[in-house]
Amino acid sequence: MAQETNQNIFPNILRLENFSAGYGNRILIRPTSLDFPSTSLTALIGRNGSGKSTLLRAIAGINDSFSGKVMIEGQKIKDIPSGERAKLLSFVNTERPRITNLTARDVVGMGRAPYTDWIGRLSAADEEIVTDSLAKVGMTDYADRQLATMSDGECQRVMIARALAQDTPVILLDEPTSFLDLPSRYELVELLSRLAHDAGKTILFSTHELDIALRRADWVALLADQELRLLKANEVATHNCVATTFGISFD
Amino acid sequence: MMSTPMAKRACLLFPISGALLLFLFCLDLTVGGVTIPLSNVWRALTGGDCPEQERLIIVNIRLIKGVVAIFAGAALAVSGLQMQTLFRNPLAGPYVLGISSGASLGVAILMLAAPTLGLTGAVAQFGVAGAAWIGASSILIVIAAIGHRIKDIMVVLILGMMFSSGVSAIVQILQFLSKDEALKSFVIWTMGSLGDVTTSQLWILIPAVVIGLFLGIVAIKPLNLLLFGEEYASTMGLNVGRSRKILFLSTTLLAGTVTAFCGPIGFIGLALPHVARMMFNTADHRVLVPGCILVGGVTMVVCDILSKAFLLPVNAITALIGIPVVVWVVVRNSRS
Repeated sequence: MAQETNQNIFPNILRLENFSAGYGNRILIRPTSLDFPSTSLTALIGRNGSGKSTLLRAIAGINDSFSGKVMIEGQKIKDIPSGERAKLLSFVNTERPRITNLTARDVVGMGRAPYTDWIGRLSAADEEIVTDSLAKVGMTDYADRQLATMSDGECQRVMIARALAQDTPVILLDEPTSFLDLPSRYELVELLSRLAHDAGKTILFSTHELDIALRRADWVALLADQELRLLKANEVATHNCVATTFGISFD
Repeated sequence: MMSTPMAKRACLLFPISGALLLFLFCLDLTVGGVTIPLSNVWRALTGGDCPEQERLIIVNIRLIKGVVAIFAGAALAVSGLQMQTLFRNPLAGPYVLGISSGASLGVAILMLAAPTLGLTGAVAQFGVAGAAWIGASSILIVIAAIGHRIKDIMVVLILGMMFSSGVSAIVQILQFLSKDEALKSFVIWTMGSLGDVTTSQLWILIPAVVIGLFLGIVAIKPLNLLLFGEEYASTMGLNVGRSRKILFLSTTLLAGTVTAFCGPIGFIGLALPHVARMMFNTADHRVLVPGCILVGGVTMVVCDILSKAFLLPVNAITALIGIPVVVWVVVRNSRS
């Protein structure tokens, strides 16, 4: 299996040690230890309710109900103060906040919060990063539009640009392709893939869309039958587990 | 993250509202049982030539009341803004966590229960303000202690509202059991008044509100992050637990102190943050916090002028001014 050899291949920027999660008597993820591949795009796939969000939120440090350890750059995530954690890891959840009277530029600027002063003033360098982040998600023309007037997909992209502006080695995204139309989905995953390979980011995103995941991601983290497994994306077709989980075959 | 058109608007609006506040404050000093011309108000304040009687009215009564109005308006508006952002709820206000019902309980115990129990001496000396403040802050301490264990801020909001309803029920029981005379003075307290503050009390009210506003300014960046909800705020580097505590403390100092000295003044804290958002066309708290201070001061001075002109309790005026704003917010939200 792939995960046994990973331990040696990847420098452990993001690793789970004896990680397990569940609610009450319901087990979601059985104890697992694995390293997420650094500077690669990993798609977290699994069926509804399999624990994808629980895992992502645990890694992001906003869900404490798990056992074992989540390690980032060799430190336990729970031990890192939130200000420092925000420089290592950014997160995009499924919520699209509809804040009135706030422009896309304001929102992306908020991503610089871990680096700005007590009142959140943006330096010229910060402004440049904001402009750059908006450009990366193709939202340059929307910079001065208000968040409340945007469609779900546009809002999603602004929230992703905000995560990019946070300039972290690890980016987590919960269902980033939902609410996007088909071309935008490919564009987004393409963008994540470029960020992983060109900018050296370690990106983990959850998705239902097997097709996109397999075509663009380097790795697939499969969450099925309470087991978390890491597979190489181009070898997934040969594993029965994916086909069984999603009830399809790769013939 | 402050975009230029908005910054320009703020640059224009801040001096205008500042000047308006100053003008209304002076106007406020002329209005009352005796109308004193603006020229005499100026002379009385600067130590110029002015009839002694008018000077005494200005300095001993109207000046204090005007200052109380400005501080009360600013405090309630900022506190309302904090609660609306923290709970991500446009209908939250300074009293959602039970500050006013806590204060009412304190005052009710003092005014209604103490005479019945024969505790007139020592307890009565505590004063209405002291009792209200102790009542308000004890409620907040209980809510903060519960909130410390609860991660979901919405649960804290629901608990706060339930708790304050429970406290109100106790106040009702006390009202039901008390004598007519005590009941009347309690009911008058609940109508709010800016005029009952003495000069010595002013030296408690002003520092408490100033510290509350200072904490409010310290919390500007946390408030901006909390616009996205506590989870996002946390992943953007905010220590959510500590920010909650700062905001609770700030709101207790602001709304708790004002309620202690002026009674529960309704609608100002709920309505004015929306006025500030609309005026300055932003959700950025770097503009909204000073904006609420100015808008709060202006509105409360207007309410004071109106309450003096029509000889009505200030709470009736704030409600009449505040309700249209709240209705407007609800209607606008339902459209979008």
